[in-house]
Amino acid sequence: MSETILEVKNLRTEFKREKSYVTAIHDVSFSLNKGEIVGLVGESGCGKSVTSMSIMRLLGDTSGKITNGEIRFKGRNLLDLSEREMQTIRGSRISMIFQDPMSSLNPPIRIEKQMIEAVRIHENCSKEQARKIAADMLHEVGIPDVENTLRSYPHQLSGGMCQRVMIAMAMACKPELLIADEPTTALDVTIQAQIMDLMKKIQKENGTTILLITHDLGVVAQMCSRVLVMYAGRIVEQADVHELFYNPKHPYTKGLIACVPKIGSDVRRLPSIPGSVPDLSVMPKGCKFAPRCQYASDRCLKGEPDLVLVDGRENHWIRCYLESKDQTM
Amino acid sequence: MAEESVVRQSAEELPKPKSPYKEFARKFLKRKAAVVSLIFIIVLALVAIFGPMVIRYNPNAADYTALLQGPSPKHIWGTDEFGRDVFARLIAGTRLSLSVALGSVVVGTAIGIILGLLAGFYGGIVDSIVMRGSDILFAFPDILLAIAIVAILGPGVINVVIAVAVFTVPSFARIIRSATLEVKEAPYVEVARSIGCTNSRILWKHIFPGTVQSMIVNFTMRIGTAILASSSLSFLGFGANVTEPDWGTMLSQGRNYLNTAPHMVLCPGLLIFLTVLAFNLLGDGLRDTLDPKIK
Repeated sequence: MSETILEVKNLRTEFKREKSYVTAIHDVSFSLNKGEIVGLVGESGCGKSVTSMSIMRLLGDTSGKITNGEIRFKGRNLLDLSEREMQTIRGSRISMIFQDPMSSLNPPIRIEKQMIEAVRIHENCSKEQARKIAADMLHEVGIPDVENTLRSYPHQLSGGMCQRVMIAMAMACKPELLIADEPTTALDVTIQAQIMDLMKKIQKENGTTILLITHDLGVVAQMCSRVLVMYAGRIVEQADVHELFYNPKHPYTKGLIACVPKIGSDVRRLPSIPGSVPDLSVMPKGCKFAPRCQYASDRCLKGEPDLVLVDGRENHWIRCYLESKDQTM
Repeated sequence: MAEESVVRQSAEELPKPKSPYKEFARKFLKRKAAVVSLIFIIVLALVAIFGPMVIRYNPNAADYTALLQGPSPKHIWGTDEFGRDVFARLIAGTRLSLSVALGSVVVGTAIGIILGLLAGFYGGIVDSIVMRGSDILFAFPDILLAIAIVAILGPGVINVVIAVAVFTVPSFARIIRSATLEVKEAPYVEVARSIGCTNSRILWKHIFPGTVQSMIVNFTMRIGTAILASSSLSFLGFGANVTEPDWGTMLSQGRNYLNTAPHMVLCPGLLIFLTVLAFNLLGDGLRDTLDPKIK
């Protein structure tokens, strides 16, 4: 059993909407082991990004609030830390890369200055040393002309280059956990593959744990060792990547996998999951997926199932009545 | 040959970073009025710095043999009622007028920036206090407010600087606040937070640079307004000491001799007019240059 880096227990995040609170993340629990890449998949609005923001405790600016649960990073509960302590963790122990690399870099500041800043916040070193680290990192992420890039402004770089710079910046202090929030969504496909390869390489070389948030199952299959499937703020299925793709149990996961177009198959219409993610303020009563689920029974509409182990499997968890017959109502 | 260059392009080779300053200069030079204004302002600044060392006459030396003389080869812009050389006084006054205007705008801007950043970034009670305070100041006509302040503090150059600075603050506070509100939502601010930046670092290093552009134009225009305001205060007798060469004071003294020696009013009046116009035109030009929507 390898070392657990991050353990999220019963996390619940709520957003204030006018007078009432809506729950964006409901009772989410998972853990990440050292050096693995775990995928977090789901539709837009299912709470993937809110989960990552909660882990980083970056919800401060929004109306969001973590109301329950624990986020244990190497045994320490991040929710107990002061903002100042949290600042020393952000960027040095846990880093994050964001969706849109082009707007993730501050436009009027040269790359050089931004990277040096990222290093010097956490490491006690001179400007020259920090610049050296920045240059090494840029070299490591495969930027061809390091000197020129350092002196550039963000708008002078392409999207792929910006994301490389972002990765270099995130990795500058050798964090143990990297949260990648849809790192390739804004990039075109050829660059996507390069960025994914780069992340894999970084994970191999540094033993970094990566939480990869994406809605691209292809990327998950290629990158991850384990997958968490989220729906309406809940984890509905959790399994090893092989198990999940060859033996999906939750109807939602099955639907997601069915939606991936396959080369060679003779389908005129791509399958889709009917309906959309429910509005957070008007959640259905029972299983949150029941209204869109073709297998839903009365039982599904009445009560919400718990996340339980699939019969006879070791690491496959599911939140569905259909597959966990022994669950009592 | 051609094929080779195509291949090299595709290998993600960077184009040489174009200097943003060169780009800016290229766009700015297209605006003729602004360029002329800038040259005028530069000349004015040089006059303010070096002028008093070069002029032939002591601006305060009275010459009772040449009172209220019109322009002549000896005194190119004539003399005033004490026989002092108007040209020399104007040049000496340039330093005073410009430094009063610049000083007051710099002080006002600095305070306005701090208040605007804090109001926009922290919101809530800080925002309410700063913005309601600005609203109150906005409710007064600028010059009236300045007169009131000088009336309380008493006349004098420093007090004029304070008075003009006070009415400069709210416009900057507003501009910077709205820019801050916009910039603080930007993804790069979130990134800054995710690499562990403290609030004050985010505010000064990441948000502030993004707001500078929005205030450059206002800064330039405000200098024009400040020159006008400080001259008005001097004209009304609230400003510099009457013996000191100040454009507004000169205008005020010349008023009594409007019929006999119109040059005494014409010269400082024209200078004030041209200077304010130059700053306004420069501000317009800068706005057009800095606005990415205008080509």
